[in-house]
Amino acid sequence: MSKPMRFTLKIWRQKNAQEPGHFETYEIDGISPDASFLEMLDVLNEKLIKEGKDPVAFDHDCREGICGSCGMFINGRAHGPLPNITTCRLYMRHFRDGETIVIEPFRAKPFPVIKDLVVDRSALDRIIQTGGYISVNAGSAPDANAIPIPKPVADRAFDYATCIGCGACVAACKNASAMLFTAAKVSHLALLPQGQPERRERVKKMVAQMDAEGFGHCSNTGACAVECPAKIPLTAIAQLQRDFIWANLTPDPYVR
Amino acid sequence: MAEILTAPAPTTTISWREGAPIENNKCPTGELEKRWTRHKDSLRLVAPHNKRKLEVIVVGAGLAGASAAATLGELGYQVKVFVYHNSPRRAHSIAAQGGINAAKNYRNDGDSIWRLFYDTIKGGDFRARESNVYRLAEVSVKIIDHCVAQGIPFAREYGGYLDTRSFGGAQLMRTFYARGQTGQQLLLGAYTALQRQVAQGNVQVYYNYEVVDIVVEEGRVRGIIVRNLITGELHRVAGHAVVLGTGGYGNAYYLSTNAKLSNATAIWRAHRRGAYFANPSFVQIHPTCIPQSGEYQSKLTLMSESLRNDGRVWVPRTPGDKRRPQDIPESERWYYLEEWYPSFGNLVPRDIASRAAKRVCDMGYGVGPTGRAVYLDFSDAIKRLGREVIYQRYGNLFEMYEEITGESPWETPMRIYPAVHYTMGGLWVDYNLMTNIEGLYAIGEANFSDHGANRLGASALMQGLADGYFILPYTIGDYLATQLFVKLSTDTAAFADAEKDTQKRIERILSTKGTHTVDEFHRELGKILWDHCGLARNAQGLTQAYHQIHELQERFWKEVLVPGTGQEFNQNLEKALRVADFLELAKLMVVDAYHREESCGCHLREEHQTEEGEALRNDEKYAYVAAWEWAGEKEPPTLHKEPLKFEFVKPTVRSYK
Repeated sequence: MSKPMRFTLKIWRQKNAQEPGHFETYEIDGISPDASFLEMLDVLNEKLIKEGKDPVAFDHDCREGICGSCGMFINGRAHGPLPNITTCRLYMRHFRDGETIVIEPFRAKPFPVIKDLVVDRSALDRIIQTGGYISVNAGSAPDANAIPIPKPVADRAFDYATCIGCGACVAACKNASAMLFTAAKVSHLALLPQGQPERRERVKKMVAQMDAEGFGHCSNTGACAVECPAKIPLTAIAQLQRDFIWANLTPDPYVR
Repeated sequence: MAEILTAPAPTTTISWREGAPIENNKCPTGELEKRWTRHKDSLRLVAPHNKRKLEVIVVGAGLAGASAAATLGELGYQVKVFVYHNSPRRAHSIAAQGGINAAKNYRNDGDSIWRLFYDTIKGGDFRARESNVYRLAEVSVKIIDHCVAQGIPFAREYGGYLDTRSFGGAQLMRTFYARGQTGQQLLLGAYTALQRQVAQGNVQVYYNYEVVDIVVEEGRVRGIIVRNLITGELHRVAGHAVVLGTGGYGNAYYLSTNAKLSNATAIWRAHRRGAYFANPSFVQIHPTCIPQSGEYQSKLTLMSESLRNDGRVWVPRTPGDKRRPQDIPESERWYYLEEWYPSFGNLVPRDIASRAAKRVCDMGYGVGPTGRAVYLDFSDAIKRLGREVIYQRYGNLFEMYEEITGESPWETPMRIYPAVHYTMGGLWVDYNLMTNIEGLYAIGEANFSDHGANRLGASALMQGLADGYFILPYTIGDYLATQLFVKLSTDTAAFADAEKDTQKRIERILSTKGTHTVDEFHRELGKILWDHCGLARNAQGLTQAYHQIHELQERFWKEVLVPGTGQEFNQNLEKALRVADFLELAKLMVVDAYHREESCGCHLREEHQTEEGEALRNDEKYAYVAAWEWAGEKEPPTLHKEPLKFEFVKPTVRSYK
């Protein structure tokens, strides 16, 4: 068994959306290096409850890197010091014994704080609502093999489709842009034959909603792709930009 | 709740009452192939202009809930969806890895609806209904079509056509997949379909709302009570029908592959309001999970069954062999699955593989620091197919394993051990997926309907989407057609009672101010269930477990410590409400496991096994679905038996040898 570790934690505490927040410092000891970051917070919370204090609220669920719940800003980075990983897949062996760890919620105007480290990310759902789908009703589909799709195209579409909607791209971006999130869905569907009928409208509407929600613009720093747990490549943003220009500047042959 | 404290201590034996058998499960008769078609043609319809007047509540937005809500929205019903997550995309279906079965026969390997049906019935050890399972196999084909049309990027061959692979319990390649993230891709398909309906105004999704009670009046559902998790407020919601797509209850075991928030509260509250709970002890224990590493551990991580396509399971032939696995020569490795089950080899069904792992570990052959693990080795496959192919198939799973354990499956075999994964049991439903409460439906893992005593891999995604896209949208119309003129109201005694009950429960938990956290009780419950109602069960252990749970439950209500108030965002209160329900459900699981004196599928009663440790079924006495009725906190539950008739397949000894 590896040697237990101790940490100093500076955690953002905020009672609710209305009240201002502040940092509080906690000391924690006896943490296994094989414990996940969230399990370390579990241990802290058990301790706080027993001391009659308010435990730290944080979002989590699957704890295997796929549900996208556990967004938090650790030592100045979305999902902590490692690139392309969710907080739940971060292990304490990735930190130094005795280290001070600063934990904050994802910060962005469109992500208001609900409590402590929990933020409201429903703005991302509203972007999807404007067009992040193919309009097909259950029952109307042709045979699945009726449309062959070249494997490289399907593979690339899959790479874009793996976005987990965690919002790390927004938190990592100095402009709080949701470009990588939006581009992932636009690009996934733009590559597939099924996505063509609504391709122009989709990109226009989704970008408009992204702006309406208050997300910033993209200035191509690429910080989002460094943190993205799904490793969505920046080529998604390039694809979105191309589609956006094409949709806005070229005439739609189907509209008179 | 005060009753719990004064409830009499249980006697030395576990007791239950026997009620009337279930005679009408609404299953059609006649030719198996035509049953679903004929049944659909006989269902009542609701005209489009009337659909707008009917309100359907859907609870949960996993594969079943989201697909049902989206489809009901497409049909024109007014749909309200309630999720406890901060987005419908976070439901636990997202974590399903391996794939989805469908009888497409694209491989030309002889697959058919009949074969998928037969494999599923046999895989479930002949404890599911023929009619339901046949229908599942029948609609499986349409699911793949619909999902491809939605833009789901399934794996493809170089020719551009869909690729498939094998899964446990089948000798065919009928499993469609999207790398190791099939559940995610399918859920996002259903989620985006749902968002489209939200945009069109047919569906409203309520985020951060947990269902805390079901409102029933004279055997008919009237709505639900929900708690706003942000503000703590309770709300009454009325609907013409209520659909529960709230998943399974594997988290009763504390450590499982389920997401942390997955819980049984909605189905358990429905049960307490009169819905029968069927086969609660049928819990799938998945053979390939990363073993527990410490006490702090909060969950177990699954390694997809698809890995058994290319990975070989083995242990050293010498118990306690401490050499590194790479250093153990081929002749000293025991590929016990290949030896015991030559025709299916490493791809035997999950229950068989899990029990085999337990058996070799019990015999002292286990590996790793605790001796509770076996190897899953890819070295042969890497040699045969090359790194590139293996990376394409399992890349993300290998990375996940390395992150968690710090060991690379490219260099050394994975260490795996069984963990609680899926619950075949759930609310009893008829062929229309309606519970015995009129207008209350259960879909996906929340119901019991299709997997019998053991679910085959890649069949959960199939069932969730079958229920949501292609079954419930038809069958619910038959009920809703009778509800057109029902005026919805939340101003009734039933709503007031349900709300008051919840209020009391919350106050009781908050005012206890005891000494132990909710997690401490939950961990203890998990250990009792795992030890006595897990991979192997026996009468003595179950009796002991029943008493332990009873005692734990009493302590919970005296000693639980939940900070904060009920009028705020309080994650510990949420947890406490869920664990309180798990404690009650756990007792029923134990009763069910105790009453079923046979072994079938996942349910191995040690008193009933062959010399080689295989399940010994007793079709004469136990070929039925055990549907339990709640009789009150002080009363033993009532058992209603639904006999299982096999007209088309002959229940045989399930052999994978």
